[in-house]
Amino acid sequence: MILHPAIVALVLVSFLISGMMLYSALFGFRVIRRWDIQSGSEEQLALERKTYLISTILSYVFVFQIGSLFLYVYTADSLHNLFIGAMCAAGSLYVDPYGYPTFILKILNCILAGLWLIVNYVDNRAYDYPLIRKKYVMLLIMMPLFITEGISQWLYFAQMRADVITSCCGSLFSSERSGVGSEIVGLPVKAAMAGFYLSLALTFTTGFIYWIKGKWGRLFSFASGLLFLMSGVALVSFISLYFYELPTHHCPFCVLQREYGYIGYLLYAALLTGAVSGLGAGILMPFRKVPSLSGSLPIIQKRLAMICLIAYAIFAGISIYRMVSADFTLGLL
Amino acid sequence: MASWIEKQRSILDYTLSSLMRRKGKNISLFIVYTVVVFILASAMFFTQAMKREASLILKDAPEMVVQRLLMGRYDPIPLDYLQKIRGIRGVISADARLWGYYYDPVVGANYTVMVPRNQSLSPGRIIIGNGIARDRMINRGDIFSFRAHDGQSRSFTIDGELPAASELVSADLILIAEADFRDLFGFPASHATDIAVSVINPKELLTIARKISEQLPDTRPIIRDEMVRTYDSVFDWRGGMVIVLIMMALLAFVIFAWEKASGLSAEERREIGILKAIGWETSDVIAAKTYEGSAVSFFSFTFGILLAYGHVFFSAAFLFAPALKGWSVLYPDFRITPFIDPYQVAVLFFLTVVPYTVATIVPSWRAAIVDPDSVMRS
Repeated sequence: MILHPAIVALVLVSFLISGMMLYSALFGFRVIRRWDIQSGSEEQLALERKTYLISTILSYVFVFQIGSLFLYVYTADSLHNLFIGAMCAAGSLYVDPYGYPTFILKILNCILAGLWLIVNYVDNRAYDYPLIRKKYVMLLIMMPLFITEGISQWLYFAQMRADVITSCCGSLFSSERSGVGSEIVGLPVKAAMAGFYLSLALTFTTGFIYWIKGKWGRLFSFASGLLFLMSGVALVSFISLYFYELPTHHCPFCVLQREYGYIGYLLYAALLTGAVSGLGAGILMPFRKVPSLSGSLPIIQKRLAMICLIAYAIFAGISIYRMVSADFTLGLL
Repeated sequence: MASWIEKQRSILDYTLSSLMRRKGKNISLFIVYTVVVFILASAMFFTQAMKREASLILKDAPEMVVQRLLMGRYDPIPLDYLQKIRGIRGVISADARLWGYYYDPVVGANYTVMVPRNQSLSPGRIIIGNGIARDRMINRGDIFSFRAHDGQSRSFTIDGELPAASELVSADLILIAEADFRDLFGFPASHATDIAVSVINPKELLTIARKISEQLPDTRPIIRDEMVRTYDSVFDWRGGMVIVLIMMALLAFVIFAWEKASGLSAEERREIGILKAIGWETSDVIAAKTYEGSAVSFFSFTFGILLAYGHVFFSAAFLFAPALKGWSVLYPDFRITPFIDPYQVAVLFFLTVVPYTVATIVPSWRAAIVDPDSVMRS
């Protein structure tokens, strides 16, 4: 365990988030069993009041979760010089088997918290809380993921050992260890490019059709989720190369650094917004037939679709602009 | 959209005026909050600054130092090892270094006594760091006497002081001629303290280190990167340790914030009751309370950071320095280069604002579900 201030902060935050999720899930359990909108009983009134508390808690969880995602990456990056062979966050996350799973869980939990807030927002639009049971079932599913993330993060930091000089030996210690892998290997560039541009085209085509005609919503949502994954793959296998102008550096984290103008924050924010709003539009599809939502839901979904398209356009725009404007070339175009 | 902004503006307007109306309560919260941020920020800025200073110093350190071990303890290294090390392909130079510690009972401090490698001193003359000059009140031209290894005293004339700019490394340093050094400590002419090695290609450092330890099995090579790493983790550990200790205070602060937020006065309850009676929704009251928390956090956080900045960079962290700086008795008197990393501010935010915010969620909700009817009746 390395007692770095940021590690203390991350552990503290994950502890708080897990606590809040646990509390909300316990309450969710009560709602699923006892909720009865027709009843005017004391208990029902208390439940209705408490839903406000849970929405507030989840909004905070979402904000803190996004913050902790970036802090996590940044901390991994600042720790890299403690490990032999690690050059940036990509290397530090390899030092033990929990580094990358924690990172992926953090992203997943960000998206899930965002989706929950969308469902919650829609639910509050209607006078009769039509989605209340569904959203608390969703919360019950999310809770273990958040707790797993907290445990995984704890294990990652707890197992970390800095390669420092010990009293018995100096560099002998270093040369016996082969060092951690410092580079991520991406998919072959051509395959990744084809996947990225195809899913980009699919998302925008279905997105516009959905925006104009209100059709193909499910396909659009699926495409936006696929685009999120493909963008991640693309970032690792070729977009990052253009930012660093290095044919071997596939790191998706260095773009967050000052050397690249912190452009990574914008890229990742755009990607996360795109994924949350695109998937959000899709997750609401089954509820279009609910009578109390039929008025407001299509408008909300269209707005989400628009936000999703704008966010992905920002991501693709910046990436493609960089690919075109950089002196660096992969020799494919 | 415009109506939404207008609504938020009104809520914010109400929040700020309600904060101003309850000055006493909020000022005490503000002070405690600021102190918590100040302490944490000071500890973090200071350790970060020390890390930076250490890495700046280590930049000039030799790429590799070879020490000899005897019975697992450090021991002087024979000079004939130099030839063997120079014979390894890739080594540009290997130089013997002579340095040691001298305990001065007058000030109770350890001095570092060193033979300079690129500067020749005439016998009987020394150059001292300005920490020593300050504590012993001696200057150029004065005589400084040492108690040598044989119990006799040796006197040296002070030839000058080291520049103040390098004080972090040189406060307790004494530069001395080689013959005087060997005479003072009774150090045999065939040995040196350790050997500094430089290599052509830094990528070969590990290989060369391995070759050295194979050919000279009783030595340990230490690479500069390892020193940097060790310093980094030592300072990180100290900073983290302080934060863990402050955690108790943080917990007390969280309880305090919770208490402050839940202790609604009768007047405040009536106010919320009236707001709800005239049409505010529960979520609007929660929003107002959120704005209130954000305003308090914003001012305390900013103010705490500014105070810590002044404390660390303008007064050299006089409150914490003894705990965080380290092992030496003779502290260098230096001003740390002002430097703040946005990353540190983010970490601070997570350590202070996040726990505070979490502590106020439930109390704000409790305030917001006040039943207007019952409040106004009572």
